[in-house]
Amino acid sequence: MQYLDNYLQSKGGYDYKNVKRNELMKAQGFKEMPFTKTGTTIVGVLFDGGVVMAADTRATAGSIVADKNCEKLHVLAPNVWAAGAGTAADLHHQCAHFNAKLKLQRLNLNRQSRVNEVITKLTSKLFPYRGNIGVALIIGGIDCNGPQLASVSPHGNYVYHPFQSMGSGSLAALGILEAKFQDGLTKQQAIDLAIEAIEAGIFHDMGSGSNVDVVAITKDGADYKRNVRQYNAKSYQRQIPYDFPINNTPALRKYQFDIEKQELTEVGQEMEIIE
Amino acid sequence: MSGIFEYNGGSIVGMKGKNCIAMACDRRFGQQMSTITTNYQKVFKIQDNILLALSGLNTDIHTFYALMEKEINLYNLKENRKMKPTTFANLVASALYERRFGPFFVTPIVAGLENGKPILATYDSIGCKSDLDDFQVGGTGGNYIYGACEAFFKPDMNPEELEEVIGQSLVSGCDRDALSGWGGVVYVLTEQKLTVKILKTKQT
Repeated sequence: MQYLDNYLQSKGGYDYKNVKRNELMKAQGFKEMPFTKTGTTIVGVLFDGGVVMAADTRATAGSIVADKNCEKLHVLAPNVWAAGAGTAADLHHQCAHFNAKLKLQRLNLNRQSRVNEVITKLTSKLFPYRGNIGVALIIGGIDCNGPQLASVSPHGNYVYHPFQSMGSGSLAALGILEAKFQDGLTKQQAIDLAIEAIEAGIFHDMGSGSNVDVVAITKDGADYKRNVRQYNAKSYQRQIPYDFPINNTPALRKYQFDIEKQELTEVGQEMEIIE
Repeated sequence: MSGIFEYNGGSIVGMKGKNCIAMACDRRFGQQMSTITTNYQKVFKIQDNILLALSGLNTDIHTFYALMEKEINLYNLKENRKMKPTTFANLVASALYERRFGPFFVTPIVAGLENGKPILATYDSIGCKSDLDDFQVGGTGGNYIYGACEAFFKPDMNPEELEEVIGQSLVSGCDRDALSGWGGVVYVLTEQKLTVKILKTKQT
């Protein structure tokens, strides 16, 4: 069966070797550690001549903040961006995969990527996995058919709408969007609206927080502003910093490996362990 | 029965300094409430300028390390050159994501020096890479070490200072976790050398 392993290895894709073992462990009562999720608030707003997308920057693992400043706005093509909510690993790897896939296609066809093409490819990939790939994306971009904005759910459903919000903070953001959105906004108005919607998510939702990232996509390109608003900056500076004296932590043994000479030496004296 | 990640216990932490990088781990290997051995290795030298720390289920630590050793050896043979730390960091993410639906129960930390610049990346068990922070933690005592790191950490420390700070953070954190401890090992990597210091801690 060696040839089968090698064939599957070269083909790529998911490896299911550990699934049976993991199921057995779960049956015995072990609980898994929670995956890093992007609790998240993400929004997209269509305006005259383009689309604005914004996201918060908090990634959570259970109730711990795993990453205080992660990036949730992913480039799929120079004119198509994705904002992602859901399982962080899925988002990162799927977006990287689609970025490469679309680039290859652009090189082959010598044509700009289109938003509806991105949506079709994504939903075709997600549907067969029945929602097990946990990506909830807002896709926004501008192509020959004008600016478009859609949201894609983990099961493979997609919806086109002039404003979208997804993630655990989506309801908070939707409140702002439903109240203040109008057709025919200018670029700056759309940016301000998107930031306000994310703010609502950051302050009202526990799964969202830290800073706001914004990208505005127009015919002239994508204007990405990282951390355009910062709400959780460390404002307190320690008066007397912790200054540890050097070589203060007691050591039993200390070794040194010189990289150039490739030799290992023991440094200093051995400390006695007093019983 | 508690979680799969709490079965064996253990904590790891990584910190960036000025042109140097440090990694520390505890030494306990247990089976739930029993301690089997107090000299288990959790930080592995993948290459002269790359360290890989693993925490979680010890059998998966062993397997994942063997897998990474294999990958880097194959890479060296195929490409006839060393692997860059950022490349290795991406390799770990891909290897973990490949097993998305049957994951390894490990949370790795990769530390390396690329042209003198420190690289530090941590992952959840399915390959979500997080590499923008100045310090990363993993394992059962991770959350307690987070607290100690937030207090003790300063940006741009030199290797001697970094060794102290990471040692103190590890020990402070592990003191609050029943499943980690029984000693600590601190690795400090610079362009010239790798120093390994085995700490004396409380024997409980």
